[in-house]
Order: sequence, then C-alpha cells, then structure tokens
Amino acid sequence: MNISDIKKYLHDYDGPDMSIMEVCGSHTAAIAKNGIPSLLSPHLHLLSGPGCPVCVTPSAYVDRLLSLAKDPGVCIVTFGDLMRVPGSTPYNLSQARGDGARVEMVYSPMDIFPLAAKEPDTTFIFAAVGFETTAPVYGLLVDYAVKHHIHNVKLLTAIKTMPEVIRHLMESGAPIDGFLAPGHVSVVTGVHVYEPIARDFSIPFGVSGFSGEEILLSLYGIVKARGQGRVMNFYPSVVKEDGNPEARALFETYFEPADACWRGMGTISGSGRELKKDYSWLDAGSEGLDRDTKANPACSCDRVLMGKISPMACPLFGRACTPANPQGACMVSTEGSCFSWYVNKRG
Amino acid sequence: MEKITMLQGSGGAATAALIDEIFDSAFSNPVLDAMEDAAVVPTPAGQIALTTDSFVVTPAVFRGGDIGRLSICGTVNDLLMRGAIPKYITCGFILEEGVEVSLLKKVVASMAETAKEAGVTIVAGDTKVVNGHGEIYINTAGVGFVPVQGTGARGTGSHGERSEQGACLPSEKIISARNAAPGDAILVSGTMGDHHAAILSERMAIETDIESDNAPLVDIVKNLLEAGLHIHVLRDITRGGLGTVLNELAEASGVSFEIEESTIPVSPKVRDFCGLLGLDPLYMGNEGKLVCILPEGEVDAALNIMHSSRYGEKAAKIGNVMRSGQGDSTARPSRERSGHVAQSPFVPRVVATTPIGGRRIVGVLEGEGLPRIC
Repeated sequence: MNISDIKKYLHDYDGPDMSIMEVCGSHTAAIAKNGIPSLLSPHLHLLSGPGCPVCVTPSAYVDRLLSLAKDPGVCIVTFGDLMRVPGSTPYNLSQARGDGARVEMVYSPMDIFPLAAKEPDTTFIFAAVGFETTAPVYGLLVDYAVKHHIHNVKLLTAIKTMPEVIRHLMESGAPIDGFLAPGHVSVVTGVHVYEPIARDFSIPFGVSGFSGEEILLSLYGIVKARGQGRVMNFYPSVVKEDGNPEARALFETYFEPADACWRGMGTISGSGRELKKDYSWLDAGSEGLDRDTKANPACSCDRVLMGKISPMACPLFGRACTPANPQGACMVSTEGSCFSWYVNKRG
Repeated sequence: MEKITMLQGSGGAATAALIDEIFDSAFSNPVLDAMEDAAVVPTPAGQIALTTDSFVVTPAVFRGGDIGRLSICGTVNDLLMRGAIPKYITCGFILEEGVEVSLLKKVVASMAETAKEAGVTIVAGDTKVVNGHGEIYINTAGVGFVPVQGTGARGTGSHGERSEQGACLPSEKIISARNAAPGDAILVSGTMGDHHAAILSERMAIETDIESDNAPLVDIVKNLLEAGLHIHVLRDITRGGLGTVLNELAEASGVSFEIEESTIPVSPKVRDFCGLLGLDPLYMGNEGKLVCILPEGEVDAALNIMHSSRYGEKAAKIGNVMRSGQGDSTARPSRERSGHVAQSPFVPRVVATTPIGGRRIVGVLEGEGLPRIC
C-alpha cells in the first residue's frame, strides 16, 4: 500500500462508523495541522483524548502551586504551558507573576539547578506535570538532587500514566472503536503496555508517529483491524517493542505508583506516580491534591477529555472561552483539544 | 568594564559627553550635527508616510543581527509597505543603568551601518537613562515619500527634485492592506520564521546556527515600484507570523486566501527547530520578509525582481486571492458526531492545502506560542 492508496481507502471507507481517539496532545495538534479530518470518510470520526498533561491536571494542583508561589522565599519553576491554566478560580501563575510571585519558565527541568545554585536561600519548586514521556526527566532531576545533596530544589508532582486512563475510559463506556496510541509515550513504555486493554475490549491500538503520512498509515491500520484486540507498532523506527528500560529503571528508583486525580474524571486508581517515602524530603506537598473544581461551572473540559463531546459543543467554546481568555485547561495548551480546534477551526 | 550610569541621564555634561562620544560620531550628518531641538528637512511634493516602532528584544545582540539593526529595519520596512521610499529616521534610546558602553557602541554602529544600507538619514535623537539591569530599548520613527504618480520611485530624491505640486496618488492607488482582489496572487519574499527561531534559540541556549533575517527591504520594494507592477498589497511579516498576517490582510480586503503549504519557503534548520519545540513556522515572526499581493499575470516579473535581491533569493508564490467565502467550502467538517453538531462561530479567511493534501483553516496566532512539554 502506498500513501495514495491509503488516502483513497480512508476517503472512500464505507463500512460501519468508527470513532478513533488520539490520546496524545501532539497527535491532536498534528491532526489539525495536516488537515487529516478533511481526508477521511464521513464514517470515520476522530476524538481527542486526555493526553495533554496540563489539561488533565486538577484545579487543586494549580491552587497549591499558586499558594506556594505566594511565599517570598519560593520560586516556582515550570514549563510554559502551565502558566495560564486556571485553578479553582480564574487566577493563574501568569497573573501571580504579575502580582510579584517568582515564576521561572524553563524548557528542561534540569535548568532548575543553575538557578538553585545561585540562590541557596530560595526554594525552587519544579511543577512536575507530565506523562511517561516526561517522567524519566523527573527521574534525572531527582537523581541529580539526591546525589549532589541539593536541598533547595523540590517537586510538586502530578505525574500520570496512559494505560490506566485508557482503561478507565473504556470501562466508563466512552464510544471508542480504536486508539491512535502516543508514539512519544511508547518510546519509554514500549508497546506491550496496551495489550491487556486491547484484549479485554477487543479494540485495536496503533502506535503512531507524528507526520501526516505516519498518522494516515496508523489510521488505516486501525480501521483495517476494527474489532480486533491488537496493538500495532507503526512507528518502529523510533519505538522499540520494549521501550526504554533504562529510563524506566531510573524513574522507578525514586517514584512509585499512586492514585491520581484527573481534571474532569476524578481519581483513577494507580494512574499516577509519586516520590517514594525515602525521597519525600524532595516533595513540595503533592499529596491529597484530589479536589477538582471548575473555574467556570459551564466549562465542559471533562466531557471533551473523555471524547463525549467535541469542543464546539461546549457552550463556552469560542465565546467566553478563547485562547486569550481560557476558562478551562483544554483551551490553554497548544496541545489541548479546544485550543487546537479553535486555532485550526477544525470542523 | 565601562557601564552607563544614571549620571549620564542627567542632561548635563555627562549626557553631552555620551552623545558626543557614541551617537554623534556614528550618526554624524549636517542635520543632526546642528544639534537643534527639531530637524528641518526638505520634502518633495506628494504624500509622506510616517511610522514609529519600539524595540525591546532580548538579547540585544543575536545571531545575524542586533537591536540596532532591527530598529532601523523595522521602521524602514513599515514605510516601504505603503509604497513609500524611506528617507528620515529619528531614534530614542532608553538605557537601563548598567548597559555596557561597548555593547551600546556596537548597537549604535550597527544602526549607522543599516541606515546607510537602507538609504535613510538619522536626523533626530534622544537618550534617557533609567533604573534597571542593563537593558537597551530603542524607539525609531521614520518618514518616507510616496512616489508621485507616473514617476515610480524616482520622484523621491532627497531634495525634492522632480516635484510637482498636487501630484498625490489617489487613495485607491496607494498600496494598502485593503487592496487584495480576487484573481491576485500571493507572494512571500523568502523563508519563514528565521528571526523568531534565532531569538528563541538564543534565549533557550539551544545550539543552532539559525540567523535572524533582519534586513531592510528597500531594493526589493523600490525595484517592484519602478518596474511599474500593479502591487495591491505589501505587508512585512513580523510578530504573529505569516498565518496572522494573511488573516489580517484577507479581512481588511474582504476576500479569502487559498494557500498551498508545500510552497511556503522554510529553511530546513528552522523546520527542524520548529519540529523540536512543537512550533509552527506559519506563526513564527520575521524581520526581513514581506507578503506581496498583485495580479496573477505579474507573478513572474515580481519573483524575478525579488530573486535578484540578496534578501529575496527564496521568494515564492504561495497562493491566490479568492472571493470572500469561496475558499472554505472544501475544508470539510468531519469530526462532529450526530447530536453534537454546533454552529461554527468563525468566518474562515485563509484555507491551506497541507503537504499530504488535507485542507485546514489557518487562523491567527492564538496564545503565546508556548512550547509543548511532552
């Protein structure tokens, strides 16, 4: 099959309707950027799932960050995406910084160490949000802090894992017939992690890369495998069957499974990772952040994240809620489904 | 290392010494050297174009340029985009205490050199020193002359020769964001995103040799005008990137644009850089690139002119102007599940065909272009 045959197949597909969820925020952005929906038969539907880390971070976490940021002896260190995510009120880190809080945006968590070395009397707290992809870097961060006895660096963790939330979605009856599985996550976890879910729900998974062609190829494979409990690796140049065991081992030295609260979905058993007891001195108070209150009661991020409605069906979308004035987390990140729909007017 | 202090903002002897030593020696010309409160300069007949812009970029010196060169290019290019030939520039410096004098000299020398390249004279200036941490801010204002009708750019000589009383261009003939018409072609003068990628990589300490494209586009615009082409729109592609600029132009002209993404020039280095950070070159700013919209039949002539400039070697046609709403019908919605159909609150202005043949609606830049975290 060459790419034009694949395009023709997906365009002319006349079988039973299928809804395929892309779980990864990078896929959400790539699908929009490549105009993939315009290439698909009306019988094929794409849904955006809970794969944007800041989108699924509960309000209690943001509230805790904001309260830590008030301490003049504290500097919050974070990736840019988190800056404008609202907590239980519309107030966010960006505004806190405007009000005098110290917030540093970095591109790598390891950037925290030069900052911390310059100011030994300030506590630098990294907002450690992310999935399996980012987790190994937090493993490195902790490893460095432990081995160098650095006491003014701490983490506020909200680390989540994919297989548990995918199982939760299927158990809660989300209308999904196949998953476009995140390539970046699988680089670390390998492809086997999805096999039990694929089997239990007779649903195909396609581990996919991020170019337009790679996504089309994976969608083709998923459509062809409709109803079959299979995991297919369409990204073998990058994703090894077993992932990256060394990265996982380093992470697992310092972190262990825990329950985690997901924005809009509540607490999902075993779907998070937290620092082990021996290293709790590095934790900035990540426990018990399981409250999730909407800053705007009409916000439908929860149903969007579960694939139950499209962003356009939210009453706030494009009206009260825009990227300039986000009411929910899905409109903040460039990988959030609402942001992606808004920017690319993805029909 | 010698640094600027508050004393040099006093307005007294130290200020005079600073102006003498740094600014006057670099910018010297009869108008400026007169040290009057205002510059009085000759003008030709017709219309003048005026603009102002402020420059606050960090770092002040970056690969391929610096805040001084930028401050001339930005204002010169804004004048050019109305079909005016830039002539006079003013510059206001706001220096934070602690600016290294060697850095300031470098920036000022770069301004002088760029002004010379662009054919503009710096005729007035101002300097203030404020508390802070050594940042440099520059405001420039510029005056340019719109060539009188029928004389191309030649009517804009420095002393108003060839002037003809009342020979103003009628407003519909002046190059404007409102003039794009169905049947026109859309050109860009080169690769997208170079300046933005250069600045971001400096700020993030990412190893790359991407250089800023900051450049005055005088020769491109002058040659386009002198060739007698029917240029409807010129716009420099700065903050917000091509995607945002195209939306603004389509809206101002009341038309739709159809663009072909694979024809948009992006250097391989910038493409890789964007891939790494999850950025879209369509929303990355430049400081030496323009959009030109003109009748389809004049595309080859315009591209030849651009290609002959060192700042336009990669110029390309990227799309066409359509009647309003004509371009959006095939960007077909297919994600709505039955029961969830909602009315789109958008009027699509710019529709792109993607490299794999998909169709997408190109919106304006939203948010801050934050890099992804996974």
